[in-house]
Amino acid sequence: MGEELTLSRSSAAAGPSTLLALRGVGKVFSNGVTALSDVNLAIREGDFVSLLGPSGCGKSTALRLIAGLSTPTSGLLDWRDGGIVDRSNIGFVFQEPTLLPWASVFDNVWLPLRLKGISRAKAAPAVREMLARVHLTGFEDAVPRELSGGMKMRVSIARALVTKPRVLLMDEPFAALDEITRFKLNNDLLELWQDQRFTVVFVTHSVFESVFLSNRVVVMAARPGRVFDELAIGASYPRDEAFRTSPDYAALCRQTSSVLVNAINSTAGGDHDGH
Amino acid sequence: MTAIDDGVLQLDPEEARRARQQRLEEIGRWVLPLAIMILAIWSWDRICVWNGIPQYILPRPGVVLWTLYNDAGLLFSSLLVTLRITFLGLALAVIGGVGLSVLFAQSKWVEMSFFPFAIVLQVTPIVAIFPLINIYVNNQTAKLLLCAWIVAFFPILSNTTLGLNSVDRNLRDMFKLNGATRWQQLRYLRLPAAMPYFLGGLKIAGGLSLIGAVVAEFVAGTTGQSSGLASRIIEAGYRLNAPRLFAALLLISLTGILIFLVLSLISHLILRRWHESALKQER
Repeated sequence: MGEELTLSRSSAAAGPSTLLALRGVGKVFSNGVTALSDVNLAIREGDFVSLLGPSGCGKSTALRLIAGLSTPTSGLLDWRDGGIVDRSNIGFVFQEPTLLPWASVFDNVWLPLRLKGISRAKAAPAVREMLARVHLTGFEDAVPRELSGGMKMRVSIARALVTKPRVLLMDEPFAALDEITRFKLNNDLLELWQDQRFTVVFVTHSVFESVFLSNRVVVMAARPGRVFDELAIGASYPRDEAFRTSPDYAALCRQTSSVLVNAINSTAGGDHDGH
Repeated sequence: MTAIDDGVLQLDPEEARRARQQRLEEIGRWVLPLAIMILAIWSWDRICVWNGIPQYILPRPGVVLWTLYNDAGLLFSSLLVTLRITFLGLALAVIGGVGLSVLFAQSKWVEMSFFPFAIVLQVTPIVAIFPLINIYVNNQTAKLLLCAWIVAFFPILSNTTLGLNSVDRNLRDMFKLNGATRWQQLRYLRLPAAMPYFLGGLKIAGGLSLIGAVVAEFVAGTTGQSSGLASRIIEAGYRLNAPRLFAALLLISLTGILIFLVLSLISHLILRRWHESALKQER
């Protein structure tokens, strides 16, 4: 519940541009599993932060906490400006496209506005603009099953952004797509981000994806889920296909990979298949 | 297929065999059941003739059809009476079943508390309940309706409840994130998601409602007077009028098939654009 997130206005440790600070955040599930332990993290306005780590490191749990879909067991989430009370300031993209299968592309993107009581006609300009931005003009009347996996994900992104949120949370959104489609969506997402200047928190288990997209990579380790290290990706934007094949990119991936390997090895037992 | 005949498309033996097989199956799907049906009717006719079975024991198929034509006025007016009960019963089952399942969907506690009652109502044979209904309900139509309703509402209730509860978890989170009210979640997410399940239940309920109506008429027919198809069957039985008995039976079967086909068509029209079940035939 979003209201619980409005815990404090204080921004002691966080700098002036900090949008959200996680302070000593922990989450223990009722079955006794510690999903997150003492997570400290500052997300700045306009950041593209990736949470990178093996499965079971609590990166999705962290995202759900930020979204307000779940509440922390300990610690607090400190939103600058006293909190994002209105959830329309948050857009969420799930691992699957998560569309209404019976509704057209237009109606799917309209949905967040519809739930706020905005009529179809009034919402139409915003919906059409968003569809144009994700290159889906002309597909308004198609239903999800008529679209490819990549197009469905584009609809999902359009739906998350149609309310013009300040924060976009993405939970391994491209994990199920083929590589060619994923690269394309990576480029388009960066374009959207540079254009609209929202803040992104992006959960992934792909080193290459996190390095390509983000200006900061937060490497997480499992059991208990925690922040292992934070890396700044200094490469300048816009990043395009030339960047993807550059030695700089390869070097950054190599460094990030070695940090991730250390994070995985830091977990007793070493395997990362379990919970 | 024409492509093969024209020689435009060269197929290797394996593909050609597969195409031939597919074509045969397509023809067989229609021809086989029809052929078996015709064969069965023909044997029925021959058995009657060869054994010299009298008409009041087993009438020949031709005689049944002739009776259906001759007694059409009587039989179809009875059919209308039965159909009225069937459709009213089905409509009440839809209202009751969907209404109760929406109520159940509001809270797990409500569902846990009241679902067992629905099961009890479902598993008790309607023939056994009817004498009680006969005592408590005076109105003849109300009696029959209650019977048809009891038999038909359960598949709708249980299927719709299942559908309302099987909404994708992420979609539910998405609605929550967007601040959807309970009503909005029901209206825009849970009811549409339950639609395929509801329609599946409706298909079963349509046939059951007819059975419920006929069974109720049967039981009522032995006690009071009713003018539905069942009473025609009872009457014909008393008079050893086997041709009319068979004709009435044929009419009930055909009605059941028709109800099923109509409900299947409705279901297909509603689901054809998005639901997997309606897409399979297309490929």
